[in-house]
Amino acid sequence: MTKKTKSLTNSVIAGVVALLLFAATPLRAEDVAIKIGNFTFGPQELKVKSGTTVTWTNEDDIPHTVVSPNNFRSKPLDSDDKFTFTFTTPGTYKYFCSLHPHMTGTIVVEAATGSITPQL
Amino acid sequence: MNTDDHEKGPSRRKVLECMTWAGTGVLWTIAGGVPTSLGIIDGALAQQSKGFTFLQISDSHMGFDKPANPNVKSTLEEAIGRVKALPVKPSFMIHTGDISHLSKPAEFDDADRIISEARLDVHFVPGEHDVIDEDQGKLYRDRYGRGTKGAGWYSFDADGVHFIGLVNVVDLKAGGLGNLGNEQLQWLEDDLKGRAASQPIVVFAHIPLWTVYPDWGWGTQDGARVLDNLKRFGSVTVLNGHIHQVMQKVEGNVTFHTARSTAFPQPAPGTAPSPGPMKVPEDKLRTMLGIASVTFKQNEQRLAIIDTPLQG
Repeated sequence: MTKKTKSLTNSVIAGVVALLLFAATPLRAEDVAIKIGNFTFGPQELKVKSGTTVTWTNEDDIPHTVVSPNNFRSKPLDSDDKFTFTFTTPGTYKYFCSLHPHMTGTIVVEAATGSITPQL
Repeated sequence: MNTDDHEKGPSRRKVLECMTWAGTGVLWTIAGGVPTSLGIIDGALAQQSKGFTFLQISDSHMGFDKPANPNVKSTLEEAIGRVKALPVKPSFMIHTGDISHLSKPAEFDDADRIISEARLDVHFVPGEHDVIDEDQGKLYRDRYGRGTKGAGWYSFDADGVHFIGLVNVVDLKAGGLGNLGNEQLQWLEDDLKGRAASQPIVVFAHIPLWTVYPDWGWGTQDGARVLDNLKRFGSVTVLNGHIHQVMQKVEGNVTFHTARSTAFPQPAPGTAPSPGPMKVPEDKLRTMLGIASVTFKQNEQRLAIIDTPLQG
């Protein structure tokens, strides 16, 4: 392998890596976790960009649900169970636990900014 | 021990006795709306033999396996053992919900197998844990809801007493408490229409119909409308579960009472960060689980509730 081809190969690899990073980074950065513990959602209010995936994890010894009427409804989450939802439409999403309705939370979804808006 | 200790001893004991009256089994008699303690359980059992008696069990939570009690089947079996050992066979049993932990068929199966050992008719109402199957309560209604209305409410008469089983665990609203809904409240109004005010009424439901502690959701949003409907009756008893501890309140002609769980204890209101299952030392657990029996003495309009722990 000549020096030139090696350098070219490296550039291609670098380019592919950069492309992969570009494609993958926004998704990873937008994953957000909400903890369900002591009969509360934490954080109780959350602001995210459109396209964000939110994962709720139940850390209580009692099952809970994550319900936003007409938007999403989890199955009963036993201890350590997770529920995931990806928010693609801007707006304010109020949700609660249908078993313990005093448990409430809000997700505010904002329009995505240029750098992470998928260019389709 | 010095004299001081002798003097302090009984009074401290008395204080503890008051604090744990629920744990040792106290008979409360309600006469003219004023609750009177008639003594601890032996005296209570003697009193009990004269009237019509039924039992309340609650919050079996079949399927729960967390540290607060990894063996809820055993403690339910012990509770049923207590029922079978009662000197006077009760007329029937009511179960005030949370039969299961996750509304799974196998959990209902375990409950049915163990509870049927008591060889008593059982009248159920669902807890919120009993209606979290995919069809939001279909499993419960198929099994326990025969002859009931809506989400599973109904009424029946026994020994001159009118019993009303209500459902306050479905269609709960964000930020709210237990919920009965207009359809059920309308049914209740019709159910009570034309009944003599002298007929004793027993209402049972899972979540307390009175506001115990709203910060933990321990109350029913539209529970006051039930009480409005019951105002004209001379003797009203409201039996609930859900909070896994004994609490009692008397308001005019209405006695409110919550029963222990057979599965795990929960903290007293505001004494813990959350109402979640309370882990207590192994030798304490059975003093905090148990059953309740209720006796009516005919023609006296008197009612006695005895809470019996599994141990102690």
